[in-house]
Amino acid sequence: MTDNEQVHASMTIQTDIPILEGRKAQIHQKGSQPFNIECEKQSVAGSVSQRACVFCGSRVVLYPIADALHVIHGPIGCAAYTWDIRGAWSSGPQLHRMSFSTDLQEKDVIYGGEKKLYQGLIELVEHYRPKAAFIYSTCIVGLIGDDVEAICRRVTAETGVETIPVHSEGFKGSKKDGYSAACNALGRLVGTGDTSGIRPLSINILGDFNIAGETWVIKDYYERMGVEVVATITGDGRVDDIRRCHGAALNVVQCSGSMSQLATKMKEQYGIPIIRVSYFGIEDMSQALYDVAEYLNDKTVMRKTQDLVRDEVSNLVPQLRRYKKDLKGKRAAVYTGGAFKALSMVRSLRTLGMQTVIAGSQTGNKKDYAQLQEICDDGTVILDDTNPLELAKFLEEKKADLLIGGVKERPIAYKLGLGFCDHNHERKIGLAGFEGMLNFAKEVHGTVTSPVWKLAARRGRLEGATS
Amino acid sequence: MIQALPVSQHFTATRNACKLCTPLGACLAFSGVEGAIPFLHGSQGCSTYIRRYMISHFREPMDIASSNFGEHTAIFGGGKNIRLGLANVIEGYSPTMIGIATTCLSETIGDDVKMFLHEFRKDHEGEALPHLVHVATPSYTGTHASGYHDAVRAIVDVLAQPGPTIKGVVNLIPGMFSPADLRWLKQVVRDFGLEPILLPDYSDRLDGGTWSEYKKLPPGGTTIEQAARMGQAEATIEFGFTTQESSSAGTRLKDKFGVPCHRLGVPMGVALTDALFDKLQEISGRTTPECYLGRRGRLIDSFIDAHKYVTGKRVVVFGEEDLVVGMTAMMAEVGLIPVLCSSGGKSGKLTDAIRSVAPEIAAQCEIHEAVDFEEIADQARQLEPDLLVGNSKGFKLARELHRPLIRVGFPIHDRIGGARILHLGYAGAQARFDSIANSLLEMRQHDSDVDFTYF
Repeated sequence: MTDNEQVHASMTIQTDIPILEGRKAQIHQKGSQPFNIECEKQSVAGSVSQRACVFCGSRVVLYPIADALHVIHGPIGCAAYTWDIRGAWSSGPQLHRMSFSTDLQEKDVIYGGEKKLYQGLIELVEHYRPKAAFIYSTCIVGLIGDDVEAICRRVTAETGVETIPVHSEGFKGSKKDGYSAACNALGRLVGTGDTSGIRPLSINILGDFNIAGETWVIKDYYERMGVEVVATITGDGRVDDIRRCHGAALNVVQCSGSMSQLATKMKEQYGIPIIRVSYFGIEDMSQALYDVAEYLNDKTVMRKTQDLVRDEVSNLVPQLRRYKKDLKGKRAAVYTGGAFKALSMVRSLRTLGMQTVIAGSQTGNKKDYAQLQEICDDGTVILDDTNPLELAKFLEEKKADLLIGGVKERPIAYKLGLGFCDHNHERKIGLAGFEGMLNFAKEVHGTVTSPVWKLAARRGRLEGATS
Repeated sequence: MIQALPVSQHFTATRNACKLCTPLGACLAFSGVEGAIPFLHGSQGCSTYIRRYMISHFREPMDIASSNFGEHTAIFGGGKNIRLGLANVIEGYSPTMIGIATTCLSETIGDDVKMFLHEFRKDHEGEALPHLVHVATPSYTGTHASGYHDAVRAIVDVLAQPGPTIKGVVNLIPGMFSPADLRWLKQVVRDFGLEPILLPDYSDRLDGGTWSEYKKLPPGGTTIEQAARMGQAEATIEFGFTTQESSSAGTRLKDKFGVPCHRLGVPMGVALTDALFDKLQEISGRTTPECYLGRRGRLIDSFIDAHKYVTGKRVVVFGEEDLVVGMTAMMAEVGLIPVLCSSGGKSGKLTDAIRSVAPEIAAQCEIHEAVDFEEIADQARQLEPDLLVGNSKGFKLARELHRPLIRVGFPIHDRIGGARILHLGYAGAQARFDSIANSLLEMRQHDSDVDFTYF
């Protein structure tokens, strides 16, 4: 028994945290009953959901398009809270990292914000000369009924810069509906560019957002396979690439929650097939490359892919060994935005010798969760659209050693004295690809084995006295 | 004032705002009551974004409930959602108080929250309900700072009770400062033999220890009982020169319960801190404890030690208005020149406040309200400052100008310890001043061709 296990064994779990009646069907413990989780429904009022809103969904998807102007039409909060929060890096322009807002005031709300939006847009477009402009409607714009579509048409006509409305009023559904609004906006660009010169062995990368440069890693793999990447949508994205992305032979979709709609539309309109991949972990990353090679059905590509995977994996695996030694048998909880990523996390943790005891997401569908519980061990708790209290309850009950989540989940882990790994959009360390798997192992190891937990209250030390 | 600079290009849109929205301030204020949970009446996104933002600064749990509007709610009103939401929050968290702030959405559809709460109470007659405190925070008016003050006033409106004056009890309405500041304030008042009631007091709730088991709500905060006794205090001390009268909890306590209200500048730097100590001497009838006199002496001594290194250095200050006023006062005392004092706030009082606390520099200083970071940057490029003082959002500009940024205020999300920054008192001035002086020294070393090791 390690030190930690001894502490766990001597610990009695006491949580008086209730599960709200309206949420019981969104929680499933594998093996306890037939699998029938409820999901894809609006968050329960007062449940302190970890989810955001429609606007958030649109904003995060379109955010990394670096040579576009992103203007948020509404009061200041929506723009302020999304100013440069994504670690979506650009190899060129940095315009996406600015926060532009019409900053509506009381009078604008009363008399309408159209004039201010028009005037604001004309000035911004003239000054920044972006390749395109996205105009996000927030809650209040939906209410006061500004004709954003008309303003955008006018600005496009007057400036020659395509100005695209994004119908992302926060109350119009959930984050997923925001993805849909973003895909609609992207759909206006797709098909408007010249596709000449695109090679037959070509793909688009969809649903990777270049957090900490991950798109560059993935793009490099595909290029090493001899595959041309036409557009990265939207990580390190460029308007002109998106305009001509319908010339690619294949759409490779990672974050399917956000990008499926665009891919489906392109399939219908241009006959471009879709494959769904994940870039996290050795298995999923390798599979993603092989799937593309297989689809493109080119011997050279396949040979190069095999070489690439062999080289990368044989380089990586020995390096993982020392981390695995310490992490073996540790228990992890995973709570991600999309559910597909959670699958990769479970596999990656297994690669490190760890067991996933809690897995959940904000936006998964039935199919995602069925798959998720399939690959998890008996007893794993599957959570849809959970909240801090439930997470804390299960972290305690399942004696987790690690939580993988985003900034909002971090303090829950830390207060309880367990490790945390940020797998959200704010991280500054790339976790995708083979090198990302090594980063992941280092980060998980660094936090789970940190000596600080020996000092934490849960391990039997006194809690800090209040002043 | 010096001649106006060439006007930078005017933009109708806000570019990188130097402010946040009113509900954020309200959530922070509500976090300062023991057992309280903030509740935003509006879309889910508002609560999630504000949680994320505050967690990145305080690095503590920050649960904010939402009534979670959907399209239906936006059309038919949020009555059903607020009732269900409140019931669920009570079931989940067993709070002593729910601080309900409206967002722009519920404000604009005209939800009558007061009536909803009345109905909710009626539905639950006979049950022990938490205190329900409501504040209207449409985000198209004011900033996070005004939302904060309005929420504090709303807490007082609901919780403060009349009664005979309790000798020695002093209300402290501090404004938007760090947990370290709040802790310092309580201690100072205690050291005068007085009993402080600090509202809000998130010093423990947003800067606490680790837990042996999960606590639904972090311990600490102004107790309900303390908040009730604010109506019976001997005096109120309220900081800040830019709060609107209508948002002032101190004024409310004076008007409603006759508690005398002393409005002081935020105690930053020597003179403004002296003013607080003078006031505490007056209220308590005691002299300032020796330890503070020692602290004050050492601060002034350090000002003298370092004055040559900082004299005439040009500073750009930004952030909440009262923070800007306080920092300006402190810097002016030692010969630093805040050449640009700027805030996203729009109280109309910033210029007068700075003139009153730092008359000696007012003539050399640009003062701008309601600005965004791009306007600040346009000005700063022309003013060529030596230093920037403000929150993390100034880093982009600091990097562009290759000048140090001394982090104060909120948000500090690119450093550890936002909650532990002490701005107030002689000790706060000392820490901030040392940072300023040392960063200037470091800059000189860094920019020099010679690797000298002493000044």
